[in-house]
Amino acid sequence: MSASSIAPVRPGRLRARRRETLSALLFISPWLVGFLIFTLWPVIYSGYLSLTDYDVINNPNFVGLDNYTAMFEDPKIALSLGNTLIFTILSVPLHIIVALALALLLLRAARATGFFRTVFFLPKMTPAVAVGVLFLLIFNGQDGLINRVLGFFGISGPYWTTDPAWVKPGLVLISLWTIGSSIVILLAALKNVPTELYESARIDGAGFWQQTTRITVPMISSTIFFLAIINTIYGFQIFTEAYTAFFGAGNTTYSNDAALFYVIYLFRQGFEYLHMGYASAMAWLLFVVILIFTVAQFAISRRVVYYEGDVR
Amino acid sequence: MTTTVRADDAELALAPVGPHDPEPTAAPTRRTPPRRRRVLQVLTYAALAVFAVIFTYPFVWLVSASFKPRSEVFDNLLIPKTFTIENYLNIWQEAPIGVWLVNSVIVTALAAISVTASSALVAWGFAYFRFRGRGLLFALVIGSMMLPGAVTMIPTFLIWNGLGATGTLTPLWAQNLFGSAFYIFLLRQFFLALPRELFEAAKIDGAGNWRIFTRIALPLCRPALAVTLLFEIQAAWTDLLRPLIYLRDSDTFTIPRGLKSLLDQFGFGGEWHWEVIVTASVITTVPMIILFFIGQKQFVDGIATTGSKG
Repeated sequence: MSASSIAPVRPGRLRARRRETLSALLFISPWLVGFLIFTLWPVIYSGYLSLTDYDVINNPNFVGLDNYTAMFEDPKIALSLGNTLIFTILSVPLHIIVALALALLLLRAARATGFFRTVFFLPKMTPAVAVGVLFLLIFNGQDGLINRVLGFFGISGPYWTTDPAWVKPGLVLISLWTIGSSIVILLAALKNVPTELYESARIDGAGFWQQTTRITVPMISSTIFFLAIINTIYGFQIFTEAYTAFFGAGNTTYSNDAALFYVIYLFRQGFEYLHMGYASAMAWLLFVVILIFTVAQFAISRRVVYYEGDVR
Repeated sequence: MTTTVRADDAELALAPVGPHDPEPTAAPTRRTPPRRRRVLQVLTYAALAVFAVIFTYPFVWLVSASFKPRSEVFDNLLIPKTFTIENYLNIWQEAPIGVWLVNSVIVTALAAISVTASSALVAWGFAYFRFRGRGLLFALVIGSMMLPGAVTMIPTFLIWNGLGATGTLTPLWAQNLFGSAFYIFLLRQFFLALPRELFEAAKIDGAGNWRIFTRIALPLCRPALAVTLLFEIQAAWTDLLRPLIYLRDSDTFTIPRGLKSLLDQFGFGGEWHWEVIVTASVITTVPMIILFFIGQKQFVDGIATTGSKG
């Protein structure tokens, strides 16, 4: 069964096994070295930095838990965390619902599936910076395409890029433009649902809506769950689109508290104000928040997600 | 994955629409009546067409705007009133776009090649050999994927800063020499699916570990290597965060970082030269569109596999 037991049994098994281990370690050594330098050490050092004041120029100055207590008094922490939560809570469900709707449509498109899948996937290739630029242009309150279209229907659209109440909904909408990979993943999952299930449901007189809610969604619930988890993790780390559109050198007019997401604030603290200790503490808070949400999602999933072969 | 449709869909599409009397309001029938089915098909295509327009229009808008003179950029007309290629001629004077493109190509090529090579090595190490601690080490690979980038961001910066590499392109790609957890996972799955007898046979023929890896495993793994390469090209080309952290001088910028600086200068800075920004956005995006059309199958397959591992 094992490779080593078939290996030429010259001086003994033990030596062959040792050689196998040595070869394996050689193969995985790039990762091993990288893990020690770029993951393990940074994690430890980041934990240490979070207990210090550090501005890169002077040596770290140990301050105990001061950075963590300071976070509670920093209104921008609550603001940026709140912004991020709102964005994530709005975008994740919408993202999944729209992607599922489009995947279901694609499934019924017969031979045109491939063509439309390409069309829906393409925006995903747009660099996030360009998405940020497009957001400013298309969602511009006065001349933007979106408001022109809305105006055509007699609706006067909001000032998406400047009105604090509409900045996040606008960013959620533009994020829906890049849901291509979720559509591809859902489409693959939908194709795996056994067709017999639909046939027997049809015989029982179930309509499209019933088939979708009673068969499709339960059968692909593990995929939906996967998408919910990764999109939540991405949502919490939203940076590039919002940073491009609202922050940056010499940009004072557009700096907008409504678009101050957590990682943006962390980046500014660390690399613009050089508060590296504080930024490290912020990173650990983010880690804990993401962990809590992921654990909660797993807890919920145990009740609602169906895995094939599950005995209930 | 192919674009084959499910059997019942093909049936839906191909089913001859007979001259039966359609009764759309009839009590639950075994099958949807033909006419209703046809109406449903038409509605499906109509909806798909509407969404297709929504998904492509921003591109079309951007490309169209890049061929308009400054005063017409915001006119929202599909066909430019005054068609001009001035923007594409002038942009090279407005900004060092050429240098940015070259920098991006260098970073992207080095990032993609190094991560593919190193991840394949490591993935093979985990897939082929049996050794003590393998499970634990692989759990660390998976576990490191859960760690938000923000946690390691600052110490990693300090490492490169200590090595005097800030301001150069090195920190943008050199970490890829050590493999990347996601690709290691992806490639290992692929290696595990290969029949083990192949390698046992080679071993009996006297092939060493390196030979087995390079001559048998890697060639068989070509599709997965292509997926890795393409994913990383996209990731490296579009990255903004790392260039923001590590690059200071305009001469060292990658194209996304350059685009951001153009936005700051011409968009917010009071100059309002949006035609420059729009043109630079097209130049930044087009290579990714080309990449997708080159590797469409790999992209779609790769992403679909990612999902099924959930």
